[in-house]
Amino acid sequence: MGFFKKLEKLDRRIIYIVITLAVILPFFFPMHMPIAIQPEVKSIYDYIESLTPTDIVLFSGDYDPQVEAELSPMFDAVLAHCFEKNIKVIVANPFSIMGMGLVEPRLKKLADEYNKVYGVDYVFLGWRPGGFLLILGMGEDFNKTWETDYYNTRLVDIPLTQNIKDYDDIALVLALAGSAAYNSWIVFAYAQYRQKIAAGITAVMAADAYPALQAGQLIGIMGGLRGAAEYEQLVHRPSLGSVGMEAQSWAHVVIILFIILGNLGYFASRKRKK
Amino acid sequence: MTFNLSSNIWVWIAVFFTLSVYSFLWKDNPLFKFAESVTVGVGMGYAMVQWFTLSLVGRFWTPLTTDFSSRFHLIIPAIMGLMLITRLIPRFTWLSRYALAFTMGAGSGFALPRVIQAGVLQQLYATMLPIEFSLHGFLYNFIIIVGVLSGLIYFFFSKEHKGWFGSIANVGIWFLMVGFGATFGYTVMARLSLFIGRVLFVLRDALGFLKI
Amino acid sequence: MFWKKQLPLIIVFMMGLIMTVQYFIPHHVSKWVYVNYVDWAIVIAIFGAFLGYFSFLRVHITRIRKKTSNWVFSIITLASLLIMIVFALIDGKGSDSLFQNMFLYTSAAINATVFSLLAFYISSASYRAFRAHSAQAVALLLAAVIMMLGRVPIGDKISFWSAWGIPSINTVSQWILNSPNMAAKRAIALGVGLGSLLMTLKIILGIERTYLGN
Repeated sequence: MGFFKKLEKLDRRIIYIVITLAVILPFFFPMHMPIAIQPEVKSIYDYIESLTPTDIVLFSGDYDPQVEAELSPMFDAVLAHCFEKNIKVIVANPFSIMGMGLVEPRLKKLADEYNKVYGVDYVFLGWRPGGFLLILGMGEDFNKTWETDYYNTRLVDIPLTQNIKDYDDIALVLALAGSAAYNSWIVFAYAQYRQKIAAGITAVMAADAYPALQAGQLIGIMGGLRGAAEYEQLVHRPSLGSVGMEAQSWAHVVIILFIILGNLGYFASRKRKK
Repeated sequence: MTFNLSSNIWVWIAVFFTLSVYSFLWKDNPLFKFAESVTVGVGMGYAMVQWFTLSLVGRFWTPLTTDFSSRFHLIIPAIMGLMLITRLIPRFTWLSRYALAFTMGAGSGFALPRVIQAGVLQQLYATMLPIEFSLHGFLYNFIIIVGVLSGLIYFFFSKEHKGWFGSIANVGIWFLMVGFGATFGYTVMARLSLFIGRVLFVLRDALGFLKI
Repeated sequence: MFWKKQLPLIIVFMMGLIMTVQYFIPHHVSKWVYVNYVDWAIVIAIFGAFLGYFSFLRVHITRIRKKTSNWVFSIITLASLLIMIVFALIDGKGSDSLFQNMFLYTSAAINATVFSLLAFYISSASYRAFRAHSAQAVALLLAAVIMMLGRVPIGDKISFWSAWGIPSINTVSQWILNSPNMAAKRAIALGVGLGSLLMTLKIILGIERTYLGN
């Protein structure tokens, strides 16, 4: 059997082993490659830099465990940035019930790290049913829309939330979405209320979000683990995103080699058939 | 290169389930099915508890009981919501239509002007770019205008794609192919990131190899 | 017939019309309608969730009762569900509770791992399926390869030619995203926007009524 014939019949498990090695080995032999910052990530950083301690950033953690690897590092990096600058933070999950379980421990951990006080510096709202209805409701009456926080305290009794009326009191919404939820923020919060929105989305959806960025509907985009890595670099807090980029690099190279090899085999067999 | 194994039993439970799921790469097996059943059950249990505490108690019961005089009307939508269960009883399915009609009608009404605004008009405004006679003007403004128009023409199926119309539609296909290529590249990135996430969990949380 | 069909459609039409018009009238009465509707709709959604949970339990209990294939796994599913409820009752749902840990280290971990299997399948698909059949397929593959290299640090590392003023892979990938990709995605987005517009109109006018059931 010729080389190309063998290539065609390659067992899928060999491919699996090669990709596993391409991902695992870089953690043991890191090359410490620098990560360039893209303008769409820098613009989110710059906007948050321009905020003051009286401003509020609303984190919309609309992602499920399936895509946690991409979005939680973004959550950590931007939250750390906000806490560092003493910006007030509200975390909610209008579109994802599972997202609550992912962001709550992270919020607690970072809040403890930065000595933040619950109810004064940050509030966790969690999830309620309704999705886009919650976005609409917040545009007119924030407290009535949510009523209570995650721990069942009424928002009117919490110092940070008692004076929030509507989107005029929210400086930025960071839509961390593993679905088209970021688009709901654009349609229901930007279109009517001109709410400033930044998107932290999975890489699968990142390419689709550029029309919204160019149209000014988003102030910036963080796409996938790379987006998280860039933000980590900006806030000088290298973590999962930055460390993962080495493995990501080599795995991409291996996939490109797979595509080339697969095509070589394809053209060889086409030539044979002719 | 030092390892510092986790003493947290939960971490090792997660490692066990992680490996159980990966065993599917070899072939389907009871371990994978077990993990599948656990995730469905635990996920549903999580959702039910959160729904009860946050929604039923936090968003309905607490405002109703603490502010009954002004929020008593919440009982009406509660009854409408319960009417949705009649979908499971063939004789009374029609009752669920009232709750559906109420939400679908208003939902469509909410979406209509906002989708026109955000999904159509603002996108069209953003395409009306000045034609600049410079490299930047060509690489961005000109290409964006040509790409959007030819892409739209490609999706216009009421006229046969022939002659000049077909040629423009063909240009649209090239743009779409580049767009799909970008999405494909990003999709590969996304899928690998998820695997990297699991590897990072094992290396950092379980084996204590990575100190981040 | 009127109660079962026409009246729900009239409600759909009226609600659709009111909420569409409401957008253009920033009057306090209009805002009152809007705020209270949202308040009600959220409560409907809360109680509507009953339907989902009830269906879920019914499916698994029926499977166990009829002992259909893999019914044992339905027992595991229901037992896991019950454990979560018990954990919430005895230990609450705080950051380090049994409830939260059970979710994070079983369900979340398994879900994340199941999705990560896609990394293997996409590797296999890259090898077997992505073929340069035609010129347009070459364009797709080329854009994909540039994106794959341009979005990771190694793209900058291998772009030695950037020292001579030639754009690096990273710069080219950035241009692809912001120019041709953006144009293509906008054409698609406009199509989707117009499509969903038509769908909402069809619902309001009662042409689309599949959501009402048979």
